Order: sequence, then C-alpha cells, then structure tokens
Amino acid sequence: MNWEVIIKWLPRLAQGATLTLELVAIAVIAGLILAIPLGIARSSRHWYVRALPFGYIFFFRGTPLLVQLFLVYYGLAQFDAVRNSALWPYLRDPFWCTVLTMTLHTAAYIAEILRGALQAIPRGEIEAARALGMSRAKALFYIMLPRAARIGLPAYSNEVILMLKASALASTVTLLELTGMARTIIARTYLPVEIFFAAGLFYLLISFLLVQAFKQLERWLRVDACQGR
Amino acid sequence: MNIDLYGFGPALVAGTLMTVKLALSALCLGLVLGLLGALAKTSPYKPLRWLGGFYSTLVRGVPELLWVLLIYFGTVSLMNRLGEALNIPGLELNAFAAGVIALGLCFGAYATEVFRGAILAIPKGHREAGLALGLSKGRIFSKLILPQMWRIALPGLGNLFMILMKDTALVSVIGLEEIMRHSQIAVTVSKQPFTFYMVAAVIYLGLTILAMIGMHFMEKRAARGFVRPNQ
Repeated sequence: MNWEVIIKWLPRLAQGATLTLELVAIAVIAGLILAIPLGIARSSRHWYVRALPFGYIFFFRGTPLLVQLFLVYYGLAQFDAVRNSALWPYLRDPFWCTVLTMTLHTAAYIAEILRGALQAIPRGEIEAARALGMSRAKALFYIMLPRAARIGLPAYSNEVILMLKASALASTVTLLELTGMARTIIARTYLPVEIFFAAGLFYLLISFLLVQAFKQLERWLRVDACQGR
Repeated sequence: MNIDLYGFGPALVAGTLMTVKLALSALCLGLVLGLLGALAKTSPYKPLRWLGGFYSTLVRGVPELLWVLLIYFGTVSLMNRLGEALNIPGLELNAFAAGVIALGLCFGAYATEVFRGAILAIPKGHREAGLALGLSKGRIFSKLILPQMWRIALPGLGNLFMILMKDTALVSVIGLEEIMRHSQIAVTVSKQPFTFYMVAAVIYLGLTILAMIGMHFMEKRAARGFVRPNQ
C-alpha cells in the first residue's frame, strides 16, 4: 500500500466527494417532492388513479439505473424535438442528466416507501380525524402525512444511502464525482488498489455521517414515541 | 409497432443469456458468503462476530460499481504475481469472474443480514430440542435450523436477487458482453441510442417479471403446511 500517493490525491478525491454529495442531496430532496403525489396516488382506492404511478414505479424499479441514465443522457439525443427544445442545454449536460435520472429513479422507490407508510397508519387514527370533522384533504395533510413521514423515515434513510452508492454510476457519463475522480486519478497513477481504497473510505465516511444525521432527525421528530401501539 | 434492431437481435439474446449466467453464478457465491457471514455474526466467538460485522458493514458501505472496478483492476498485479509463482504467464481475472466475485460479495453482505434475521427468528427451543436428542452442532444446523431458515429468508433473498439482476448491468463497465454492453455496441453502429437502451430496459423488466413469478412459486412451496397470518 502506497500511502503517500493516497495522501497526495486526497484533496482531489474530496473534491469528487463534494460533487457526489451535491448529486445525492438534489436527487433525494427533489425525489421526495416528486414522490409525495406519486405515493398518495399509488395508495388510492380507485384503480385508474393507481394505474399511472404503478406503471411509473414498476418501470423505474424494474430496470437498472445504468439503463435509465443511458436512456436520458444518450437516448434523448435521438429525437430532434428534444435537441431543438429550450431544455437541450440542460439535457446535454451530464450533471443535469444524472440529477434528473437519479431523481426519477429514487422518486419511484420513495413513493413505494410512502405507500407502505400510508397503509401502515392505524385506521382508527384516520377515522378519528374524520370524526373530528376534518375534510379528507385536511386529514391527509395534518394527520396522515406527518404520521407517514415518521413511519417511513427509517426506510427513507436507507434509500438515501442506496442513492449515495448509486451516484457512483455518474462516473459512466463522464462526471467526475468520487468514483469518476478515482478512475481519472488511476489513469494517471496506475495504482487502482490504493485510490479505490481511499474512495471506498470516503463512501464509508459519508454513509456513516448520513446514518448519524438520520438518527438525530429521528430523535428530533420523536419517531420512537410514535411507534408505541 | 415495428422496431428495427439492425440485426442486433441475436447479440441481445446472447447478452441476455450472459446476464442470466452472471446473475445465477453471483447468486451461488453470494448465498455461500451470506450463510457464512450470518453464521459468523451469530457465533458465540467474539472474533468471528467481529469479522462478520466487518464484512457486512464494509461491503454494504461501498458502491457496487466501486467493487466491480476494484476487483477487476485491483487484482491485475496480484494475479500477475500469482501467475509467476504458479508458472502460468498472463494469468488474469476475466471480466466474468471479476463480475461474479464483485456481485457475489455485495449480495453476500446483504444476505448476511437476511440470514441472520432468519436464524434469530427460529425459536430457541428447536436448538435445545436438538441438543436434548443428542444431535451434534453441525447436524442441528443442517437438519433443524437450515430448512426452517430457508422459508423465513426467502422473501428477503428474492428482493436481493432482483437487486443483483439489475446490478449485473454494472459489469458492462469492465467490458463483459451482457445486455448493456451489446446495446452499447449496437448504439455505436446504429446511432439509435433511445431504441436500444429502451430494448435493454424492456429485457431487464422481463427478467424482473420472470424472477418475481419464480419467487412467488418458491415462496408458496416453502410455505407448505404453514398458515399465513392476517391474510
């Protein structure tokens, strides 16, 4: 193990790690926003409301992220309509393509988490809200969603860690995030073991910090107090 | 709808077979690693527990893609040295072997947790009954614990297998000719990226559906003689 090389390239790897964090942060927050309507529609009683989110979730959970990323980054250029549109400067950029794909991908998973959480709310609590005279929309916003957020939070933290690892795929569309940076450095130094080892340590460190942050968030939202039956 | 595959149809079929082969090989390795990991994690010996925990934490904390790259590019010098020692010049890990090891390693780390949960879910009385009957530790595991673990672990393993199947796409990065790699080659020739990546997506969807159907029947078979609660 050549420690000097690791130390020498550490700043560059840290630079890659910031891009990784940026990608993950945008994807999991935008994905959450997108997942809320999807998850609510997915747990609807009417089949025609359920059908569209079901198809969306099925596609995004049933195919590899790499395929989705290539579909967006390379695939969209096949259509002249996309190339002539106002969005083309964004859809040509690997950063925005990766952010878009990761958001759409994680939204499908988060929507499933949200559906599970909404269905796990004890029926009596929803009935109590309705009995107090709350409208269905009010019961959804003031009772069901806050409750579902606490039930789904542990699963959401898992999803964030999974997205952290999925962000490594961004290196395949030329982005220099942690893995991409490591591959570039290896192309210069020919020391794959050392550099990948250092990159792996970065991932471990980030996931450790994320786990701790979510523990704090769970304490702040008093998730444990809600789990009592 | 008519899709022109530019004569790449047979190549995509070959790629699909390669993907299935890769997924099943990695599954075998992963199941063995997962079982060993779970045994280590539930063992009464502290160093073994520590080793099992180290394995599952380390592997789960690092992206699958990084493992694929690390095992493929990281073992070159090691294999060279091994080749010199064994007098086999040019010994190297091919993309398939590297993919199986990397994906098996990742599957095994997650399977460790699934198997551990299953071991812990088996009532303590069963093990004690085995001890009372005078069975050896190995026999208790293979005849009492293992058959019961299977039923409990199956749904978790099914989920992991579907993740594994999608992760096989990562091995295209080191050049293994599976679905993604063949699609990439087809794209360079045909200049139809959306068409071919969509075809690849549909193939993966089909594989996922097949795996789901297979899991359904296996779970049904494993649950023979058990009443399903709350359903």
